[in-house]
Amino acid sequence: MLTLNINGQERQLDVPEDMPILWALRDVAQMTGTKFGCGMAQCGACTVHLDGQPIRSCVTPVAAAVGKKLTTIEQMSNDPVGQAVQSAWQELDVVQCGFCQSGQIMAATALLASNKSPTDADIDVAMSGNICRCGTYPRIRAAIHQAAEKLA
Amino acid sequence: MEIKNISRRTFLKASAFIAGGLVIAFSIPHAKRFMSKSPAGSDAQNFTPNAFLHIGNDDTITVLLAHSEMGQSIWTTLPMLIAEELDVELDRIRIEHAPPAPVYAHTAYGLQITGGSTTTWSEFDRYRQAGAMSRTLLVMAAAQRLGVQPGDCRTENGMVIVGDQRLTYGELADDAAKLEAPGEVPLRDPSQWKIIGKATKRLDSREKIDGSAIFGQDIQFEGLKTAVVARSPYFKGKLKSFDDSAAKQIPGVVKVVEVPTGVAVVADNFWAAKQGRDALKIEWDAGSNAKLDSEQMFADFRQMASGKGAIASAAGVPDSAFNKARKTLTAEYTMPYLAHSPMEPLNCTVKIGKNSCDIWTGTQAPGLEQAAAAAILGMKPEQVNVHTPFLGGGFGRRGNPATDFVSEATHVAKAAGMPVKTIWTREDDVKGGFYRPMNLHQVKIGLDEAGNPLAWQHTCVGQSIMTGTPFEAYMIKDGVDATSVEGVADSPYIKATPHHLVDLHTPKIDVPVLWWRSVGHSQNAFVMESLIDEMAHAAGRDPLEYRRHLLKDHPRHLAALNLAAEKAQWGSKLPAGVFRGLAVHESFGSYVAEVAEVSVVNGEVKIHRVVCAIDCGLVVNPESLAAQMESGIVFGLSAALSGKISLKNGQIEQTNFNNYPVLRMSQMPKVEVYVVPSTDKMGGAGEPATPPIAPAVTNAIFAATGKRIRTLPIADQLA
Repeated sequence: MLTLNINGQERQLDVPEDMPILWALRDVAQMTGTKFGCGMAQCGACTVHLDGQPIRSCVTPVAAAVGKKLTTIEQMSNDPVGQAVQSAWQELDVVQCGFCQSGQIMAATALLASNKSPTDADIDVAMSGNICRCGTYPRIRAAIHQAAEKLA
Repeated sequence: MEIKNISRRTFLKASAFIAGGLVIAFSIPHAKRFMSKSPAGSDAQNFTPNAFLHIGNDDTITVLLAHSEMGQSIWTTLPMLIAEELDVELDRIRIEHAPPAPVYAHTAYGLQITGGSTTTWSEFDRYRQAGAMSRTLLVMAAAQRLGVQPGDCRTENGMVIVGDQRLTYGELADDAAKLEAPGEVPLRDPSQWKIIGKATKRLDSREKIDGSAIFGQDIQFEGLKTAVVARSPYFKGKLKSFDDSAAKQIPGVVKVVEVPTGVAVVADNFWAAKQGRDALKIEWDAGSNAKLDSEQMFADFRQMASGKGAIASAAGVPDSAFNKARKTLTAEYTMPYLAHSPMEPLNCTVKIGKNSCDIWTGTQAPGLEQAAAAAILGMKPEQVNVHTPFLGGGFGRRGNPATDFVSEATHVAKAAGMPVKTIWTREDDVKGGFYRPMNLHQVKIGLDEAGNPLAWQHTCVGQSIMTGTPFEAYMIKDGVDATSVEGVADSPYIKATPHHLVDLHTPKIDVPVLWWRSVGHSQNAFVMESLIDEMAHAAGRDPLEYRRHLLKDHPRHLAALNLAAEKAQWGSKLPAGVFRGLAVHESFGSYVAEVAEVSVVNGEVKIHRVVCAIDCGLVVNPESLAAQMESGIVFGLSAALSGKISLKNGQIEQTNFNNYPVLRMSQMPKVEVYVVPSTDKMGGAGEPATPPIAPAVTNAIFAATGKRIRTLPIADQLA
């Protein structure tokens, strides 16, 4: 039994230590907002925050989260930066199929939390680990700039 | 059974329609059926209520979608059509995917399927009728109740208003349901439209940005297990033997079962199932495909191309016309297999009951899945309930007539004797077949004195997508699968060439193929628009002027071409090292031109900007049209730059996004979308932006480097 702090709540999860955080979240904690896309840190669909840093939960064992704060997409509506990102996403009609968007929003939120006015180059660096097959990249870029303006 | 996260919608459905209220359903008017016969099971009446629109006496307004939302925004566009006639605000409408039922059959295809960029135009009348019919009945009910004439009533945001009296649609729903529906009601004149044509934001945005949207992968309920399946690494390979002793030692593994496609490890969660699958020791019989090799296959295609193929289009006498040509150009183009790789790996949840079965899966063809599962279970189709959550991308892969992932998942749940969600890993998805076919084209073109085509001989070699599907009889004529030669045999360039011959060879290979966003156009536009560029160059003419001349009798091609050229300022000076390429192509009834601005430095291509212009006729939602253009361009760029699925020793060489790379943010060009104002016949939006992008980029690469790219992907050619 491991104790994890997920979105500010202590959760006891009966999982092996090497289970990736992704599957502990999805299959055990039953929080399905975080998505499985590739299983090898290639696509970013599984992005969550560990002590505020964006990580790929599909390759990070759950033991690495013990004693740290795990934050998921489900928490973003309660996070000031997350709210700004979400409203920019809605205003610019970013989503298409939507499957990658939890990861995109987690990556964008982590970027804006550490960089209040990211340049296009900053966005390239922060967001290039997150694949979108629908091609929402131009709108994601615009939405990050818009969220940055709102937060300024 | 406690359902933990299955959306409330799914479960309200069963009860809501029985509880009363107004249900509007139609048979298929003017159906232009593509199919030779109904697919198995589609003639059965489904017990699920047939309806496009339901107005509850509690004032809920529910629109049922006969098509699947996989990113293309029909979750918004189809409700817009109903709302336009019904007089309700869009934010009051609840939306659901329809269950499989004959009433939801595609108005052109005759079976329930999402594909071919057809949803908006094929539902344009049917969904407006559903709205108009409801409004008419609600007004009749109000008039009766208030003792006035229908003409005295007006409607506004979900209410019928007579003088100062207001009745909500919900208050009128039960009465309206008792009235006899008129056959057809007049639709509003376009001059009165308030919603159609207005840029409208998506109605599925919120749930897709807060993690609450439910995709197939997210289905969970008490007692549900997860399976990962070990499949043969060889197409049509057979299971010889397996040892599951190590797999069964993995904590959480519940069962290991043999299914027709391989061995399934069933576990409490994905991680255990995946570890269990990896711990299986399996011997496969590779069968006859142990040596399949893409390079050898292209050599075989080349051999086939030297013979005579099935004729797809012919005119004049090309053989002798070549003698009169001033210049002759020959070229061979090759395009690889491509995987769809939707972001959500394939998955399907199956729960088999005594007399029924529930299936949750992101599918583009729920009726085909239903029929397949019913056959496996020995049930009638109506005993199988197919629930369609959001699709995490489709691009054709989730509309497979072979029903591979649903049939397999049904076998897994049946063999395991418990409800199971079968999840494919990304590697399973990349290696699992059902690719865009690999293709080889050999072309000889004779130009006259002015540099215009006089004779054109064009041989295509590629597997047939339509063989074995319900569309076969309609789509394959005289040995020619229309999708193999679409954009070539019907090309305005070739049709206008007085002496031409387009023929097709269709090799039979055990690598399963499937429609991939824009189908045959995905490779054929690359060949055609590259050739036109080659011809313009050979003729010493500007590629834009050359196309304008050849397309002078094709106003919609010209409109898109001219708009893109104007917005891209074709011919104007660009920054040093940046070059333009152009392409225009018609597909799915829409005409798209794209101009790419590209630089090549040390063998690295950078795409700076893409200007896109489309004529698709009337536009219902300009916002989603622009998004689909952006989307189609990105999808085509991924394939053009690096998309390649290849075989060596019978096995697929690619596994995941590390060696099947797709476009990322840092590679993303600026994209500008312009729409030709048009009231012409409506075309599609989901696919037509994909075909022109590869040739627009490779034509720009030619302008930049003098190197003509005739083999995709580009990355292999510039390395």
